[in-house]
Amino acid sequence: METVLSYIPLDIGLIAQNFDRFLYGVWITLNLTVLSLIIGGMMAVPLAVARAARHPVFNPLVWTYTYVFRGTPLLVQTYLIYYGLGQFDLVRESWLWDPILSSAWWCALIAFTLNTAAYTTELLCGAIVDTPKGEVEAAIATGHSYRARMRRIILPSAFRRAIPAYSNEVIFMLHGSVVASTITLQDILGVGRWLNGRYYLAYEGFITAALLYFLIVFTITRVFRWIERRYLRHLTGRESADVAEMTPEPVR
Amino acid sequence: MTEPAALRIDDLHKSFGNHEVIKGVSMEAMKGDVIAILGASGSGKSTFLRCINLLETPNSGDVYLAGEKIRMKKNRHGESVPEDIKQVERMRARLAMVFQGFNLWSHMTVMENVLEGPVYVQKTPKAEAREKARALLDKVGLSDRADYYPAHLSGGQQQRVAIARALAMDPDVMLFDEPTSALDPELVGEVLSVMRDLADEGRTMLVVTHEMSFARDVSSRTVFLHQGEICEQGPPAKLFSNPETEQFRAFLSRMN
Repeated sequence: METVLSYIPLDIGLIAQNFDRFLYGVWITLNLTVLSLIIGGMMAVPLAVARAARHPVFNPLVWTYTYVFRGTPLLVQTYLIYYGLGQFDLVRESWLWDPILSSAWWCALIAFTLNTAAYTTELLCGAIVDTPKGEVEAAIATGHSYRARMRRIILPSAFRRAIPAYSNEVIFMLHGSVVASTITLQDILGVGRWLNGRYYLAYEGFITAALLYFLIVFTITRVFRWIERRYLRHLTGRESADVAEMTPEPVR
Repeated sequence: MTEPAALRIDDLHKSFGNHEVIKGVSMEAMKGDVIAILGASGSGKSTFLRCINLLETPNSGDVYLAGEKIRMKKNRHGESVPEDIKQVERMRARLAMVFQGFNLWSHMTVMENVLEGPVYVQKTPKAEAREKARALLDKVGLSDRADYYPAHLSGGQQQRVAIARALAMDPDVMLFDEPTSALDPELVGEVLSVMRDLADEGRTMLVVTHEMSFARDVSSRTVFLHQGEICEQGPPAKLFSNPETEQFRAFLSRMN
């Protein structure tokens, strides 16, 4: 083992020595990503329903929101919240300042949540609109109210059809979470950067970070394949008993 | 006092834009009647059926279900709209519909499709509804397919599930919108035979169809729609052997 390691042109010892830092980085990355996905996902459902219903007031508002957040880089959004808001006395003196807007973690969480909510809203809205018209008519003809239709037929069907696209959004959000490292947070990349800054060893920190991200993405794709196999059985044809693997390989 | 008709439609009109599709159709179905509605494509027969349960909103005309009128009003643009959507939903639950394209809920199994209406619209206890659903699936010959998804069934099987789903609501009247038109020819028979059984049981049915044999052998009254109006109607024996109008004669010769 010793001899094999000596051929790898990396300071393995240094990585091992700082591995607890990296693990803490994994924790920061995961808690920011998972929390923003959960809160953003919950925000996206009513926004998508309002948008799909073409509500005269909410639809333009939601459209504007998603257009702005999907049209600007996550990094810029995070800077605007973290650096930008602090510029205003009103914000600095408000009750929001001390526990929340002065904290890098909170600012990252807010930016990530608003960003993923915008993407998820559009994705879900598309799936809602694409619900087969006949299935909606069958629900109407059965006597379902609008609420019952939405809750029993349209949303369950739309959620399932949105799974493959949503798995991409999850991976995108994980990758996007590196933005946290630019506002002082020690997420996975943050630890890599710290290692580089301290020891001038770029490879050690960044290779370790890349590997950790890769492992997380690998796990995410596995989990989504399992979810698809369970929840998308009904979309596969009669001939193929096995579910085609619909989760795209991560591309971004 | 005599019992009111199971379903009565008075002077129904429906236009799409400037094009009037239904030009004043009236119809009455007593309990146990099986009315076959024939007509060339574009004659308005499907639109007529969809106006009954308000999948399309008629411009004027009244629909009565067992004497109860579906109340309509004019909105501020002068369009006809339901006065009370709750009433419409209640009426729809008593008017089950079977569609040309089956329209089963694709994310639900066969059993879940049949349970949906009784459990979530009529609030029947689940165990009771499940027992009834089993009996209905047995009746349409699909008790061994309860856990299948619609996509894993043939068209004929899907349509039989759709019929079981409609029956599960214990409807007063069943509306069939070209139930066999989307099926491969060899699958038409299995669906028609289920529908024959329903007619024999005394179900009240309105059936828009292209199946002449069903109209001739099963219906208690056949109605021929032409350009949005009832052109000819009567008992099928009389209608088919002795068509009175040129339009119906031409239609029959085209179908045969």
